[in-house]
Amino acid sequence: MVSYTVRRLLSLIPVLLGLSLIVFFMIRAIPGDPAQIILGQLATKEAVAELTAQLGLDQPWYIQYFTYLSGLFTGDLGESIKTKTAISEEIWPYLAATLELSFCAIVIAIFFGVNAGIISAWYQNSWFDYIAMVLALIGVSMPIFWLGLMEQWIFAINLDWLPTSGREEVRDPVSAITNIYLIDTLIQGRFDQFIEVSKHLILPSVALATIPMAIIARITRSSMLEVMRSDFIRTARAKGLRMFWVVYKHSLKNAVIPVLTVIGLQTGLLLGGAILTETIFSWPGMGRYIYDAIGARDYPVIQSGILVIAFIFVMINLFVDLLYAAIDPRIKYN
Amino acid sequence: MTQSPVLDVKNLKTSFFSNDGEVPAVDDISFSVNKGEILGIVGESGCGKSVTSLSVMKLIPQPPGKIVSGEILLNGENLVHASEKRMRQIRGNEMAMIFQEPMTSLNPLFKIGDQLIEAIKIHNKGHKKVLAAKAVEMLKLVGLPRAESIMGEYPHQLSGGMRQRVMIAMALSCGPKLLIADEPTTALDVTIQAQILDLMKSLNKSLDTSIVMITHDLGVVAEMCQRVIVMYAGKVVEEASVYDIFKNPKHPYTIGLLQSVPDIRNKQERLYSIPGNVPKPGSVVSGCRFAARCVHVHSRCLAEDPPLYHAGGNESHTVRCFLHDSKEAVS
Repeated sequence: MVSYTVRRLLSLIPVLLGLSLIVFFMIRAIPGDPAQIILGQLATKEAVAELTAQLGLDQPWYIQYFTYLSGLFTGDLGESIKTKTAISEEIWPYLAATLELSFCAIVIAIFFGVNAGIISAWYQNSWFDYIAMVLALIGVSMPIFWLGLMEQWIFAINLDWLPTSGREEVRDPVSAITNIYLIDTLIQGRFDQFIEVSKHLILPSVALATIPMAIIARITRSSMLEVMRSDFIRTARAKGLRMFWVVYKHSLKNAVIPVLTVIGLQTGLLLGGAILTETIFSWPGMGRYIYDAIGARDYPVIQSGILVIAFIFVMINLFVDLLYAAIDPRIKYN
Repeated sequence: MTQSPVLDVKNLKTSFFSNDGEVPAVDDISFSVNKGEILGIVGESGCGKSVTSLSVMKLIPQPPGKIVSGEILLNGENLVHASEKRMRQIRGNEMAMIFQEPMTSLNPLFKIGDQLIEAIKIHNKGHKKVLAAKAVEMLKLVGLPRAESIMGEYPHQLSGGMRQRVMIAMALSCGPKLLIADEPTTALDVTIQAQILDLMKSLNKSLDTSIVMITHDLGVVAEMCQRVIVMYAGKVVEEASVYDIFKNPKHPYTIGLLQSVPDIRNKQERLYSIPGNVPKPGSVVSGCRFAARCVHVHSRCLAEDPPLYHAGGNESHTVRCFLHDSKEAVS
């Protein structure tokens, strides 16, 4: 197990190298010159050339790439062209915001998705099953930006139950410690702020959770249906075990592996794919950070931001692979 | 037979319902099992043996299956109308079941010990250590070596025969009065089969557990059972003591079954087989279900469904065939 983990971690290096190379070229393929954007339309050619040289963008591509790469190996993610601060310093608040939002979204998606899938399988062809699966179909096909806008319109504007956007009450900002506000407010004993922060989380997390929830529900249902026909389920029932435990213990543990795979992939997608949700809800997360950087042609931020998300994505999937072995004794990594 | 039977099934009918209508898998069968007795239920695949056993446990997948009518009396208690809660108390405790496929009948993701302890814990209270000790004791009882270490192993680490022993240990762990064994040796190789049958026989004697032995293997019947029911297409066609079945079979189907067992003394070129196939459940509308394959078939067989007759003046030998019409009908 340990050697497997080490091997998987080592195999991360070529993956991330390849990714950094692809991102490096793709962002340079976007039309627009960073120096021109910083200096504005009216800047002289000389000023633009000078700034380009200053930023090192006049160098041939391989020198730029290797400068960037050698920085990465020392833990230096580069410096933002726009703000002139080290990315490793300024990235964390954005990353924390995204992690907080994604975590809430995936918890909602797992809780409702897995349970809906289980109950649908348990009471197959019942009205619950039909309704849940129709909702799941609607969920996967729902445009998220539209769902987000509808949520805002209904729950924030018409009903006025929840705030429309942002992470915190603007008149009473959270003083950041870890930048994960749910934790920060609790550490400081500010329960009023904790509730405020939670309220801000609800609408964007639900919007973000919708697609993964629907996918998880459908995978859980089909996986459970297959397992519940197994002989050992009949054995468990023949022992006199309660149906609840037959379903939630014997069936679920056997059905969970495909569900975990989907959860791992969806969590990764949440981290990177939250741009729409973050934009609609003015959520100051990674999606917004990279989106703004693309607008400003802030090459180092785009490169490093995508690399960080990719790194987390790969780590989550490694964790999921290790979980398989913890769940199923027949799976051995050698 | 004055003592009251452990299990008394009366006119049980279990059907499956589909868009094409009702298909009776078990049609009006009756039998009883006495205390300490081993009853064999024999028949081809698809004759309703397994549906009978699952009906008794009330584990028929519902829908599409349903017990339509009849009574299942376990120690006098009618299970047909028993609640699911009552059935949970009965399953594993008063009657237990072992299945054909030891390879897939244990949950692959839980340790043997956990699955055994779970079975004991459902029906018994007690400290985990006491339950674990009971589990080890059961594993030893079914003749598994190194019982303690098996407790911590997973099913895939055991052979088929060992798993079937674990299944038997699990089934008997709460001291049921009735054990239903649905083809317990079919999936095992011959030497292991003999071991498992010996084990079941000795446990039947030492624990006084009645056994319903469902099988298509007449050798198993001869080895194990005292009485035999022969089923064909959802009906009981003959019931007799194991001696009478082998010595003096009455129903043409039973005779055919016995002829199709290879015999080492008169080696034949080809093994006898009953011509034709088992009719599709629900396809025989009138008459004897075996008529299409029977060598003695006559017009009456196609028109009427034969009742059970006493055969050969023997009270305990009944047969569902018009050839025995001269005797008084049982039902």
